[in-house]
Amino acid sequence: MNRDTAALDLSLYHELQALYADYASAVDSGQWDLWPGFFTEDCVYKLQPRENHERGFPLATLSFESQAMLRDRVYGIKETLFHDPYYQRHVVGAPLVRRRDERGALHCEANYAVFRTKLDGPSTVFNVGRYLDVVVRTPQGLKFAQRLCVYDSEMIPNAIIYPI
Amino acid sequence: MNPTPDTGGAPDALRWEAGDTSRIPFAVYTDEQRHRRELERFFYRGHWCYVGLEAEIPNPGDYRRSVVGERSVIMVRAEGGAIHVVENVCAHRGMRFCRERHGNKKEFVCPYHQWSYALNGDLQGVPLRRGVRQDGQVKGGMPADFDPKQHHLTQLKVAVRGGVVFASFDPEVESLEDYMGPTILGYFDRLFNGRKLNILGYNRQRIPGNWKLMQENIKDPYHPGLLHTWFVTFGLWRADNKSELRMDAHHRHAAMISTRGSAGQATGSASQVTQVSSFKSSMQLEDPRFLDIVPEPWWGGPTAVMTTLFPSVIFQQQVNSVSTRHIQPDGHGAFDFVWTHFGFEDDTPEMTQRRLRQANLFGPGGFVSADDGEVIEFSQQGFESKPGHRALAELGGREVGETDHMVTETLIRGMYAYWRQVMEAPL
Repeated sequence: MNRDTAALDLSLYHELQALYADYASAVDSGQWDLWPGFFTEDCVYKLQPRENHERGFPLATLSFESQAMLRDRVYGIKETLFHDPYYQRHVVGAPLVRRRDERGALHCEANYAVFRTKLDGPSTVFNVGRYLDVVVRTPQGLKFAQRLCVYDSEMIPNAIIYPI
Repeated sequence: MNPTPDTGGAPDALRWEAGDTSRIPFAVYTDEQRHRRELERFFYRGHWCYVGLEAEIPNPGDYRRSVVGERSVIMVRAEGGAIHVVENVCAHRGMRFCRERHGNKKEFVCPYHQWSYALNGDLQGVPLRRGVRQDGQVKGGMPADFDPKQHHLTQLKVAVRGGVVFASFDPEVESLEDYMGPTILGYFDRLFNGRKLNILGYNRQRIPGNWKLMQENIKDPYHPGLLHTWFVTFGLWRADNKSELRMDAHHRHAAMISTRGSAGQATGSASQVTQVSSFKSSMQLEDPRFLDIVPEPWWGGPTAVMTTLFPSVIFQQQVNSVSTRHIQPDGHGAFDFVWTHFGFEDDTPEMTQRRLRQANLFGPGGFVSADDGEVIEFSQQGFESKPGHRALAELGGREVGETDHMVTETLIRGMYAYWRQVMEAPL
């Protein structure tokens, strides 16, 4: 186990795990309005191909810089983006805490795999990658100040509509 | 029994119901044989294809793998700075030897038998060419008349303009400038006006539909104001915007030009735009930075120019977001669509940030573009289920010509007029 993960207070690590599990449950539930609530007001959320991330190219497939932008995305998903409906299912590994910075924020990461199931088709592997997160404590509990979804599945099967 | 006639067989069995190209047989999208002919006649002969941007290979030895049609090619910068495009097929056993997406090399070596090539594709080394010496005798090796000059990598003809690299398998292809024609060249030079480009990154998507549908998508100014709620609501693309549709003399390339915020100049059905159901008068952004649009001097007026260069690429300027979109067919029923977003050397950090933010509208997850891939997939599903049927492209009449409005499918009709000339010509 990573030293910083081991050094974490067990109840804090439990809380962190609950955040990850709640997030996965929310984005698989179809209740898109739940999604922005996992983030701070001035959060960063990016969905970025691994190539761009590793080569230092700033472009992301989705790049949001505030919780308000996430709410705009939710509006887009619900009201403006025409798409084939699908279910998605996240399988997220245990978070690994890389470090805890001087302000107490947790820098963590976790592998994820998202399966997509269209209404008349089989379940397929849709998007596989790694979350690079910064988690902070707020009066409402732990929130993501940053969630970077760096995906290996660089050839996107047509379109990504719902939050990863 | 299927009541519609079966026209999906041989590539020359198409039935153009109206005589002209205002009704397009579904079978142009569904037949593998016809697709092979398209590759041969559009991607491998007589046409220029997009390969990449010079800025992707700034230094000698830098290379990037790319695609022309369904063939893998390598774009590389040689020692002297010249750009070469060679086919990624070893001259010996045909192996697609270059597996990395990009990198820097002094030579290309096929790992199978270590045939080595200079960066321009010339064969420079063949291991054991002169055999081995055993017991004072030379054994094996290539025949004495083996001539390395005859066995280079396929070297494509290359044209570079404004930092954009094109290649052709056809040594007889006309100049890039003649290929574009003066009208389209003007819009190309507007975007690629000699400033160095700064690569911002890539997006890739695989769209399960025929490659021509992506060309048609960007030759169809009818759909953006209807399918794309974002565009119509924020006035980025509305039927009553001041607009123009331009083409080259062959009608194969096109530019859709639009100016935001000039509503009210069109009449008739175009003025009914606010009645369309995708217009959401109550829609407001919670974070307006998505649309923090700052006009740039090089625009010279239009806020959007979408240029289709047949057959392989789309050049996007949508307000501050600029990109190339590379069409890479894979069989008749799918293509890969590779987006390269860029900026310019004189961009401020704020402008770079703005381009990145506006990129949220485009690409495989974009507020606007994600649904283009979706409708292409579902069109293909319709075509496959009844290839004897046909689509309509009759908006704005049945003829082909440039217009000063966008309530027309004339660019699609023009593309198919050209397509028919090439595809129906005898071999």
